[in-house]
Amino acid sequence: MEGNHFAKTAYLSKFILRLDRMRISIWVLSLTFFTLIVPSAFKEMYSSQQERDAMAQTMANPAMTAMTGPADLSNYTLGVMTAHQMLLMTAAVAGLMSILLVARHTRADEEDGRLELLRSLPVGRLSYLNAALLVVTAACVGLALLNGIGLYSLGIESMDLEGSLLYGAALGATGLFFAGVTAVFAQLSESSRGAIGYSIAVLLISYLFRAITDVSSDALSWISPLGWVTKAEVYDDNNWWPIVLMIAASIVLYAAANYLNAIRDLGRGFLASKPGKKHASPFLQSPIGLALRLQKTGIISWAIGMYVLGASYGSVLGDLESFFSQNEMLKQLLQQEEGITMVEQFLPMLMIVISLLATIPPLMAMNKLRGEEKKERIVHLLSRSVSRTELLGAYFIISVMNGFVMISLAALGLWSAGTAVVEGGLSFAMIFGAALSYFPAMLVMIGLAVFLIGFLPKFTGFIWMYVLYSFIVLYLGGLFQFSDWIGRISPFGHVPQAPIEEFSIIPLLLLCLVAGVLAAAGFIGFNKRDIEH
Amino acid sequence: MSLLKVTNLTKKFGKFTALDGVNLELDKGEVLGFIGPNGAGKSTTIRVLLGILKSTGGEVKVFNKDAWQDAVDIHKRVAYVPGDVNLWPNLTGGEVIDLFIKLNGTVNKAKREELIGKFDLDPSKKCRAYSKGNRQKVALVAAFSSDADLFILDEPTSGLDPLMEKVFQECVMDVKRQGKSVLLSSHILSEVEKLCDRVSIIRQGKIIESGTLSELRHLTRTQMLVDTMRPITGLNEMQGIHKIEESKQGVTFQVDTMQIDEVIKHISQFGITRLESAPPTLEDLFMRHYEGAKDTGGVR
Repeated sequence: MEGNHFAKTAYLSKFILRLDRMRISIWVLSLTFFTLIVPSAFKEMYSSQQERDAMAQTMANPAMTAMTGPADLSNYTLGVMTAHQMLLMTAAVAGLMSILLVARHTRADEEDGRLELLRSLPVGRLSYLNAALLVVTAACVGLALLNGIGLYSLGIESMDLEGSLLYGAALGATGLFFAGVTAVFAQLSESSRGAIGYSIAVLLISYLFRAITDVSSDALSWISPLGWVTKAEVYDDNNWWPIVLMIAASIVLYAAANYLNAIRDLGRGFLASKPGKKHASPFLQSPIGLALRLQKTGIISWAIGMYVLGASYGSVLGDLESFFSQNEMLKQLLQQEEGITMVEQFLPMLMIVISLLATIPPLMAMNKLRGEEKKERIVHLLSRSVSRTELLGAYFIISVMNGFVMISLAALGLWSAGTAVVEGGLSFAMIFGAALSYFPAMLVMIGLAVFLIGFLPKFTGFIWMYVLYSFIVLYLGGLFQFSDWIGRISPFGHVPQAPIEEFSIIPLLLLCLVAGVLAAAGFIGFNKRDIEH
Repeated sequence: MSLLKVTNLTKKFGKFTALDGVNLELDKGEVLGFIGPNGAGKSTTIRVLLGILKSTGGEVKVFNKDAWQDAVDIHKRVAYVPGDVNLWPNLTGGEVIDLFIKLNGTVNKAKREELIGKFDLDPSKKCRAYSKGNRQKVALVAAFSSDADLFILDEPTSGLDPLMEKVFQECVMDVKRQGKSVLLSSHILSEVEKLCDRVSIIRQGKIIESGTLSELRHLTRTQMLVDTMRPITGLNEMQGIHKIEESKQGVTFQVDTMQIDEVIKHISQFGITRLESAPPTLEDLFMRHYEGAKDTGGVR
C-alpha cells in the first residue's frame, strides 16, 4: 500500500508548475542573466592577465575572503575570477529561491487550508510535499543546465565545458540542499513564517560560518554547505565531490521531510508555537508603539544590513589605489581631481549607493500605513479616539527616524571598517558629514511618500520607480554621460558631492523645504479623504 | 434627544451612488436594528458614522457633533465592532484587546477578564491562528470592556456559534440595561427581533421601512405546515393566505402575521395532528415589500 501515499504526485506537480510557471521562470532566468553578464563584463574590464593579477591582489585580504570565499589567486583567469566573485553569492540567492518556492507549497498552503482541501481528494498523504519538491528539483536542474551551458557558450578561453557545467551544478545543488532544509522546517514549524525564518537562518549561518572559517581555519568550513560551493574550485581544479556531497545531503533531507510529514497530523508541527503574551506591554498601547512593534523585525534586519553594507564597502577602501589604477570602467565613473585622495574621490559615489539603499527602509516604514489601510486594520484605530493626523504622524516620525538611523549605521560601518584598513585612518566627521548631507534628499522621498498616501493612495508604489530612477541616473550617470538635468530630477542629484565638490548648505535647506511642503500637503490630503481598501 | 441622527445622507463613489438619502435616528437607551441584504449599504453607512468615509451630502450627527469634523471626540464614547475583523497576525489576542481598550480611553481589567472567560477566548494565541469567530470575539471583548455610550456593531455574530451568539445577546441586553445605545446591523431578521426596539431596513442605499417590529408586522408572513385528520376546506377563500401547496406531510402555506388568529381558528376545526411554523425571513419581507417591483442593479 506504500504507493498510495504518493498517488497523483505527477498530476499535482503539473498543477504546481502551472501555478508558479511565471515565478519560477523569473527566478531562473534572472539568476542566469546575472551569471552570464558578469564574465562578459569582466572580459571587457580586465582584458589582460596583468590587470587580472592586480585585481587578484586587491582580493587578497581577509575581508574579501570572508565575503566571497577563497580562490587560487595565483591563477586568476577570467573563469576563476568569475567563480570567485560571483558563484557564492549567486548560490546563496539560488538557496533563497528554493526556500521561498518550497515554503509556498508546503507550510503556506497547509496554513491557509488549501492542503486540507487537496487532502480530502483522492491524493496521497505525501503527494503534495513531493510534488512541490519535484517542481523545485526540476527548477534547480534547469538552473544548473542553463547556467552551465550558457557560461560555456560565452566562448571564453578559461571557461571550459567541465568548469561551466560544474558552475551550474553548484548553483543547482545549493538550490536542492535548501529545498531540503525548507521541506524539513515546513514539517517542524507550525507557520510558514517560521519555516521561512528558520531556513533563511540556516542560509545566513552557513554563510557567516563559512566566512569566519575561510579566514581562520579552512578545514572547518567543510561544515558549512555554502563552504562546499567554494570547495568545488570551479574553473580551477574542478572538484565534483562537494556537489555529490550536496546532492547526497539533499536526498537525506528530502527523506527526512517525508518521514516527518508521514508521522504528523495535518496542521501540526513538531516545534509547538509557544503561547504569547496575554497582556499588551504599556509600550504597545499607542498608535506609534503599535506601528513600531509591527515593523520591529524589519527595522532590526535592515539596521544590521546597512551596517554590514557600510563595513563591506569600508573594507575595500584600503586597496583603492591599486584597484582603480587597473580599472578603466570605474576610472571613468569617478571625476578626476587634483589634491584629493582616492578614498575621498570614491566616497561620493559610495554615498549615493548607500543613501539610496538607506532610503528603502524608511519608505517601507511609510508605505506600511497604506498596507495597514488596505488590510482594513487602521479602521480599528480610527474608530477609536485616534486622529488621522496622529496616525499619519506616528508613521512619519518612525520613517524619518528610521532613515536617520539607517544612514548613520551605514556611515558608522563604513568608517569603522575603513579606518582599520586605510593608512592613517579616516576622519569620522568627514564620513558622517558626507552621509548626512544625503539625509535631506531622503526626507524629500519620505515627503513624497506621505504626499502620495494623502492624495493618491492607489499610487503609493510609484515611489519605488522614483528610487530606481535615482539609482540608475546617479550611479550609472557618470558612465553614460547623461546631461545634468536628468540627475536633477532626483533629489539625490542636488546634494553637493562632499568632499570633492564645495559644500553648500543652501541646496540642502531647499531640499528640506520641499520635503516639508510635500509632507504637510500629504497630511492635509489624508485628513480629507475616504479610508479605502 | 437623539444620540445619533442621520439626515438625508448620500454617499457616492465616483459615479456610483452607494447611499441615497438615508435617514436614521437612535435615542438614548435604545437598540436599533439596521437590516438589509449584503451590499445594501449597511457598512458604508456605519463607516460614514465613524468618520472613516466622508459623506457626499446630508447631515450626520453623533452626540450632536459632526461625524466627520469631530470624529476623535465622538469616538471617545463609541465602541465599534466591524463585520470583517482583520487583526495583526503577529500580535496575540490579549495584546490587541489591551491596545483597543487603551485607545478607547477607559481601562476596566475585571470586565476584560470576565468577558474573555464568557466568550471562551484564549488571549495568548497569535491572531494569525484565530478563526473568523475568534477574531470577532477579540473585537467584541474590547468593545464591551469599554465604557462607551454608543455601540456600533456591524454584523458582529456572523462567525459565532449559537452558544456564543447567546453570550453576545446577553452583552447587548446588559449595556441596554445600563442605558446605553446600540446600533446593530444584521441581515438576519430573527436576531434583530430578539434584541431591537426599533428596526430600519435598508435596500440598495435607501431606507425602505422604519419602525418598531410590531409596526412592521403588516409586512411579515409566517410559513406554516399543517396536517389534519380531516381534509381542510375553505383555505382558499380566507384572507391573507398565500402559496398554498399540498404535500405528503400536509398542507403548507404562508399567512400574513395579522391574520394568524383567524387562520388558526379555522384549521383547528379539522383536528390538527401536526403544526409547524417558521418565522418570517428577511427575504420574505423584501419579497412582500417589493411584490411586483423590479430590481434596479446591485448596490454596495
